[in-house]
Amino acid sequence: MGLTNNSMGIKAVDCGLVIKKMTADDKVIAVAGNPNVGKSTVFNNLTGLNQHTGNWPGKTVTNAQGYCQRKDMTYVMVDIPGTYSLMAHSAEEEVARNFICFGEPDGVIVVCDATCLERNLNLVLQTTEITENVILCVNMMDEAKKKDIKIDLDQLSSELGIAVVGSTARKKKSLDKLMDSLGKLLNDQVKQTPIKIQYTKPIEDAIQIIEPVIRQKIDKDINTRWLSLKLLDYDETLMKALNDYLGYDILSDENLQDKLTLAKQLLTDEGITNERLKDEIVSCLVLKAEDICAKTVAYDKHNYNARDRKIDRILTNKWTGFPIMIALLAIIFWITITGANYPSQMLSNGLFWIEGRVTEAFVYLGAPDWLHGILVLGLYRVLAWVVSVMLPPMAIFFPLFTLLEDLGYLPRVAFNLDKYFKKCCACGKQALTMCMGFGCNAAGIIGCRIIDSPRERLIAIITNNFVPCNGRFPTLIAILTMFFIGVNAAGPATSILSALLLTSIILFGIIMTFAVSRILSKTILKGMPSSFTLELPPYRKPQIGKVIVRSVFDRTLFVLARAVVIAAPAGMVIWGMANITIGDATLLAHCSGFLDPFARLLGMDGVILFAFILGLPANEIVVPIMIMSYMASGSIMELDSLTALKQLLVDNGWTWITAVSTMLFSLMHWPCSTTCLTIKKETQSLKWTAVSFLVPTIAGIIICFAFATIAGLCI
Amino acid sequence: MSNINSLKDLKQGQKAKVKALLSTGSIRRRLQDIGLTEGTEVECLQKSPAGDPTAFLIRGAVIALRSEDSSNVLVLN
Repeated sequence: MGLTNNSMGIKAVDCGLVIKKMTADDKVIAVAGNPNVGKSTVFNNLTGLNQHTGNWPGKTVTNAQGYCQRKDMTYVMVDIPGTYSLMAHSAEEEVARNFICFGEPDGVIVVCDATCLERNLNLVLQTTEITENVILCVNMMDEAKKKDIKIDLDQLSSELGIAVVGSTARKKKSLDKLMDSLGKLLNDQVKQTPIKIQYTKPIEDAIQIIEPVIRQKIDKDINTRWLSLKLLDYDETLMKALNDYLGYDILSDENLQDKLTLAKQLLTDEGITNERLKDEIVSCLVLKAEDICAKTVAYDKHNYNARDRKIDRILTNKWTGFPIMIALLAIIFWITITGANYPSQMLSNGLFWIEGRVTEAFVYLGAPDWLHGILVLGLYRVLAWVVSVMLPPMAIFFPLFTLLEDLGYLPRVAFNLDKYFKKCCACGKQALTMCMGFGCNAAGIIGCRIIDSPRERLIAIITNNFVPCNGRFPTLIAILTMFFIGVNAAGPATSILSALLLTSIILFGIIMTFAVSRILSKTILKGMPSSFTLELPPYRKPQIGKVIVRSVFDRTLFVLARAVVIAAPAGMVIWGMANITIGDATLLAHCSGFLDPFARLLGMDGVILFAFILGLPANEIVVPIMIMSYMASGSIMELDSLTALKQLLVDNGWTWITAVSTMLFSLMHWPCSTTCLTIKKETQSLKWTAVSFLVPTIAGIIICFAFATIAGLCI
Repeated sequence: MSNINSLKDLKQGQKAKVKALLSTGSIRRRLQDIGLTEGTEVECLQKSPAGDPTAFLIRGAVIALRSEDSSNVLVLN
């Protein structure tokens, strides 16, 4: 979940691959690698950026770039999406391949996982086919050592014909060597000739036929042997990218066309169909990788991942898999609720004490009432509420979830749940995007890029909002505590109860996700579940200290910034609406009065529904707006505790039915504006943005209406 | 003694060598990319709690495949 300032919200929306050099001399370096090999960690340590990292494949879905200076060289590092291959079977692979081929990087660093080198080498070999300036960074040497895997880096370097550097990316120092090698390579101090993959004879003969023509024809710096191979193995997306890059259609050349026909005829004569050609190309690469590994890697312990298998047998066991999943969720909520209590109370006391002093100052200075109202009762109060009630749970939940993520648990969740997604004709990786949604739905939407099938990706995008984001938890927690636990109750039993209730709400959201995914698959997004592969990465010890510092820091700053930008003006608007009178009532009363009859059908009232509507820019401000609206309609009081808040709500007609309806509606309503914009960017379609807006909203209306009607009948 | 089976038929802990891929198109490429080529040894690690997908050890990495896909990988064991 990329929930840092850079990767969350609107800034996370990918702006395509536009390389921004600081000076003309900057060298552009692509950082490539298989998914989940610590690429982002390498990138962060080189650039000092905080691209969010996590232990699951597909973490990097946007192209981040950063700057890095070593000795007298300056570099623009580009973190490209993790891929197994450059043959472009998915959107990410296409981006990665196009950048390496046509983005004219000065060099490519391929990051590999030392514990799984053989599989990783496929990508290395494919990269060296395209460009000479490749450096292999064998990452996670520490873990390989732990697992008694020995890698002869020198031998590997001479086998591959490129510079090879071992590293432990979490330790910054270990990357110095990498940058030294890169500097030498780019300064032409060393010349490297990467290994040439030998294909089967017919393929080599076919390459021989067309390569000379291509060499004549192309004046740009593209490996002609590779290009010949790609012309034989005709790939539409590559041809398009190539023609865009060259500025003309390469196949319009008649001579080349003739030779290509000749070469293809040769292959056909040898019984090599297009499908078999692709097979043989991949086999040659894989066999080469196998051969190199046999010469360079030694496994001392045969069962080097026995520990992971043991953990997997518990976490994904038939009997314990699901209970552990639910228990983990409940434990995280319990810690969040319990831990947030004290700071929340302290912040609230402190902030309202300040409000009192500021009010005195206004009185002392003889400031007009409206000024005090708009600044203190409007702006300041909403801010204070966001900070004291919303911030603590967010600041605790986020690092806890990040720890689970770093550990490598999330792909196991996808593994456990995949069968149910398949039943809904959706993709198991949707579970990963939902997990990201817990942090921020906008981040979840971007994460949907890991799903290859466009149909399944749309399903994941439309249903992502059924997972309550970090901005909605505190609302749920506050209402739960007030109406179902009792604000005065204390002790572990009550906080466990609230954690369990919250977990049930989340489970309900997950059930809704399945139900709606299934409905979508049977109606507007018809189709069969597509094939996919899900990698279960090794478990890794999370960097606890770093996670906590990072998330508390980033998260706190982010929420505070958002509070200032969105909640503060909203507070002023609300105060204004509550105090501008038109006819016989305030503007606010007109609006909420207008909504009231409809909202009553849903078990809520006009004020609540209006708060949800005004909360479109950020879910964090829904509760503060409600409070503001209720307070404006009469009762002036010090709102310094949940007890006082509950009293305020009850005075305004809240019952347990209102509480449940509000929680259900909070779980299921339109996505916030940031999320909507992200959906628009990701789907490139107003229609699907509208669908994503309407589906959760309609679901919320139906469920709330059904609940309110049934509950109303029962009383 | 060797029998041709599909990857789907492997029991937990069983190992087998890939004989051929029956799948076509992009999933065929993907399976090849993760290392499922002829002669590759694959070990069946475990099924997911709901019975599908199944995790396999393929060239040092653990990869889960749905039964629809694993039944398209022919193996010798």
